[in-house]
Amino acid sequence: MAIIQVEHLNYQYSNSDTKAIDDVSFEIQAGDWVAIVGHNGSGKSTLAKLLIGLMAADSGKITIDGQELTPDSVWQIREKVGMVFQNPDNQFVGATVADDVAFGMENRAVDRDTMVAKVDQALKQVGMSAYKDREPANLSGGQKQRVALAGIIAIAPKILILDEATSMLDPRGRQEILAVIQQLKTDLNLTVLSITHDIDEAANADRLVVIDDGRFVEEATPDNVFNHGQQLIDMGLDVPLSEKLKDALQKRHIAVPQSYLDERGLIDWLRTSRLNK
Amino acid sequence: MATDITFEQVNYWYQAGTPFAVQALKNIDLQITPGSFTAVIGQTGSGKSTLIQHLNALLKPSSGTVKIGDRIINSETKNKRLKPLRKKVGIVFQFPENQLFEETVIKDIAFGPQNFGVSEADALVLAKRMAGEVGLDEALLKRSPFDLSGGQMRRAAIAGVLALEPEVLVLDEPTAGLDPRGRLEIMQLVTRLRQEQNLTIVLITHQMDDVANYANQVVVMGHGELIKQGTPREIFSDPKWLENHQLGLPSATKMAYELQQSGFSFKTMPLTVEELADQLTPQLSEGAISHE
Repeated sequence: MAIIQVEHLNYQYSNSDTKAIDDVSFEIQAGDWVAIVGHNGSGKSTLAKLLIGLMAADSGKITIDGQELTPDSVWQIREKVGMVFQNPDNQFVGATVADDVAFGMENRAVDRDTMVAKVDQALKQVGMSAYKDREPANLSGGQKQRVALAGIIAIAPKILILDEATSMLDPRGRQEILAVIQQLKTDLNLTVLSITHDIDEAANADRLVVIDDGRFVEEATPDNVFNHGQQLIDMGLDVPLSEKLKDALQKRHIAVPQSYLDERGLIDWLRTSRLNK
Repeated sequence: MATDITFEQVNYWYQAGTPFAVQALKNIDLQITPGSFTAVIGQTGSGKSTLIQHLNALLKPSSGTVKIGDRIINSETKNKRLKPLRKKVGIVFQFPENQLFEETVIKDIAFGPQNFGVSEADALVLAKRMAGEVGLDEALLKRSPFDLSGGQMRRAAIAGVLALEPEVLVLDEPTAGLDPRGRLEIMQLVTRLRQEQNLTIVLITHQMDDVANYANQVVVMGHGELIKQGTPREIFSDPKWLENHQLGLPSATKMAYELQQSGFSFKTMPLTVEELADQLTPQLSEGAISHE
């Protein structure tokens, strides 16, 4: 079942001559992880803002969990959607990690005992229980994004939107947070929509939706998209290391496999092709 | 008259002399030679940003000395006459687009030199030249800086610092938040500036691939101390140590260590994809060689 349906969506900023979103349609199935990719300025973030009703589309229709997004339904729909932004500092309000995680529930008038239990549970799920009474400001980038995630988990949304949520993290922090999200997706049957130009984050998705100049370009599995070589740069993605190495080997007259291989796959191929002395 | 920068036993405390004093730099000895490309790496909060603010006396050491060219900066140095240093050593801070404020891009770039006594007319000529230098299209110069894309804003901010005609260009994570194309363009720009204008470059970065591809000196900061210093090859030759300090490897180097587990051997650990391919090719069997 499609949990998110986007039909012929259009949006134009008042100070611009061109459409930021130009007749975009796609569907996301419940329980899938879909990454929306595209270079800076391609319309990715505009699309995210339209999806949670932060801005209203000029025309077109968005249906979330069977309910059409309208000025009347927007609050109900936001109950079902949690969003993590690029810079977690912009999202912190609490004096301690626990306060911060509780904030979303306070807005929803959850009673205190339930709240305390849910905060503990959410912090455990992101591996941050030991930091409960710490000040959010003193955490590392990766830890901050975990706390931001815990705040979202506590309100149990059906859909998690990540707006370049790992772009400020170092590679280690990024891997940590992606592993946590992957786990949450399984445990809570979350639908994940990530807006990204990070190749590692895109690789975690089940499907990629490629956007360029506000238009829908293609929807495919990461493997099929990663096969595009240098074109990936125009799509706002980097060329995966495995593809770069394949290119470099091909230039040295090595007959590398033509199909896409991830790093693991390429290492396996190299191992079987190694000269035994 | 190239500018050498030398740190001797530099300590720095934030809120010194109060109960809230925090030591951000501990006994730093460091030399930055003219024409070098120094990468500063380390975790968030390790003292990287405090360190670079000593490069043009935005901060003065609590103890120890920083020698910038022929000027010696210590805790006693008065704030007067520091201006020439700010011109000699230009710093591009994180998210510099937040500092853009003028009506047009060209006025924004010309703002810095006018602060240093250059006439408006001369500053505008300089600004136009620097906009070309960073690859900003002339048609953009009359636009508001806020109409630019993220990558363009970043270039405008860099042009503003270049308009001071510094000898040393310091950049604090200049590619953070940009997409891969934007990142590549900024790094190519920095490399070109170094080669063509003989600029000394100091770069704070989390991108180990950039360290491997561009730097010739690496400074590793940890808890306010300079914990390691060397060439990229020296720094990346000890993955255990890097792991213990929560730092990564360049992606090609990481893959090479994994290939070692599968029986491949490397004389020196490759830092780039090209180096990795060079060393792998002779180790592959006849069957893998293309006979087209």
